[in-house]
Amino acid sequence: MITIRDLVVSFGQGRDAVHAVRGISFDVAEGESFGLVGESGSGKSTVLRALAGLNRNWTGGASINGLDVAQRDARLPRLVQMVFQDPYASLHPRHTVDRTLSEPLEIHGIGDVAARVEKALVDVGLGVNFRFRYPNQLSGGQRQRVAIARALMLEPKVLLLDEPTSALDVSVQAEILNLLRGLRTAQRLTIILVSHNLAVVAHMCDRLAVMNRGLIVEEMDIATLRREDPQQAYTRQLLLASKGYDREAAARLVTYD
Amino acid sequence: MKPLLEVEDLRVSFATPTGRFDAVRGVSFSLGRERLGIVGESGSGKSLTGRAIMRLLPAAARMEARKLSFDGIDLLSASARQLRGIRGARISLVLQDPKYSLNPVMTVGQQIAEAARIHGGLSAREARCKALEMLEAVRIRDPERVMRLYPHEVSGGMGQRIMIAMMLVPEPDLLIADEPTSALDVTVQMQVLAILDDLVANRGMGLIFISHDLDLVGSFCDRVLVMYAGRVVEERAARDLAAATHPYTQGLLRSLPRIADDRAELPTLSRDPTWLEA
Repeated sequence: MITIRDLVVSFGQGRDAVHAVRGISFDVAEGESFGLVGESGSGKSTVLRALAGLNRNWTGGASINGLDVAQRDARLPRLVQMVFQDPYASLHPRHTVDRTLSEPLEIHGIGDVAARVEKALVDVGLGVNFRFRYPNQLSGGQRQRVAIARALMLEPKVLLLDEPTSALDVSVQAEILNLLRGLRTAQRLTIILVSHNLAVVAHMCDRLAVMNRGLIVEEMDIATLRREDPQQAYTRQLLLASKGYDREAAARLVTYD
Repeated sequence: MKPLLEVEDLRVSFATPTGRFDAVRGVSFSLGRERLGIVGESGSGKSLTGRAIMRLLPAAARMEARKLSFDGIDLLSASARQLRGIRGARISLVLQDPKYSLNPVMTVGQQIAEAARIHGGLSAREARCKALEMLEAVRIRDPERVMRLYPHEVSGGMGQRIMIAMMLVPEPDLLIADEPTSALDVTVQMQVLAILDDLVANRGMGLIFISHDLDLVGSFCDRVLVMYAGRVVEERAARDLAAATHPYTQGLLRSLPRIADDRAELPTLSRDPTWLEA
């Protein structure tokens, strides 16, 4: 479903250029849920933004369902949608939920707007009485449900999730993760999930790639992650550090370049 | 030994157009030279509790307490002048986001040296040395260069370590850290915690560690208070956090995904109205 070959993404020019992604390749099969894990600056979100067409400044190959992402094919938005980290920033504060959810339908000339908006609200567990509310009348978890509903309005096959629960309380995180798992099954979605949280990826994905400084350190299936049996020292350290504080482990941490 | 900090029946409320809102409702605890964790979700009152100890609440907030004493000083009756002598010098506060807490128009070196001059009474030259020393202590490579940078030129993780360095320059007796590592990568987080850990162990500093991360608090602190809707609903030794008895704490622990488990559905929290009073 998704193929990425030798993707390089840089920001800036000449000597000040930052190579955020330095040549990575991976594939995601139809219906698969693929995790991209790494620390800040590893390039994981940059990969997602290039795939979503939000950043066009890259080289290499990227295709989704046979469509070349670089060509900006008009069919891409109906195939791929994205959910962002911060539901306080990703919804227009002066648009009602109704307007937020109707907009993609109007842009793509899809009719039957009211029924589709109401169905989407039910699908994400909000219900139709949320239709004419403003974002400031919603909690963080409710906003993230609206953002997920918006991403699903065009019935995409691929959902790109950029840290979809890291701005939420843990009890709300559980609700959103359950929702995403349910939607994935019901709508047969292919998912790429970017997260720094290994436990969230273990819960949501079938396979994952670990990134560091713009490169993929290793790919593995979730069973390997659950057994805590990665090949690379970098991944082992990441796993150790995510298991909570340990004074001796802290002293042994090294920086991987 | 007398506790470093005693808090009894602390209450913080706000007047709103729809009536009074009680954000902190009768919190009591005492703190020695130890690591005390306060955990809770957003709106639980954990951050306001930390700020109330510093007497740094928004102007609209009303605060009451039966007792609020720090090292024998009654913080409730202390004058503004006395409080200024305590804040920064003896009690320090580290906030979550370095983007909003560092002065954007001063270099890192100037800001840390300022803390050392004002609270430590050092000369400009001594303050500079102290600033360099603290940046090294928080594991910043090339501190001479970082001293010359402005806050926008450093990463989030480095900004957070700079803030911690600044707060530690006056060698406070009590550090209140409000989500000090939430913006950091897990490996940097571990290194920052190790610094705080050593300060408690070696210098006898008291630490209040405010966080939403139960696993982190459980593994890092000595003792944990769990807050819900402005009250402490549970207090435990941190190593026994997994054996929590309050349904709220249990619910939070269960709702966390874990690397090793393969539950298809995470249990979500259903909030019982009786928790508000229990």
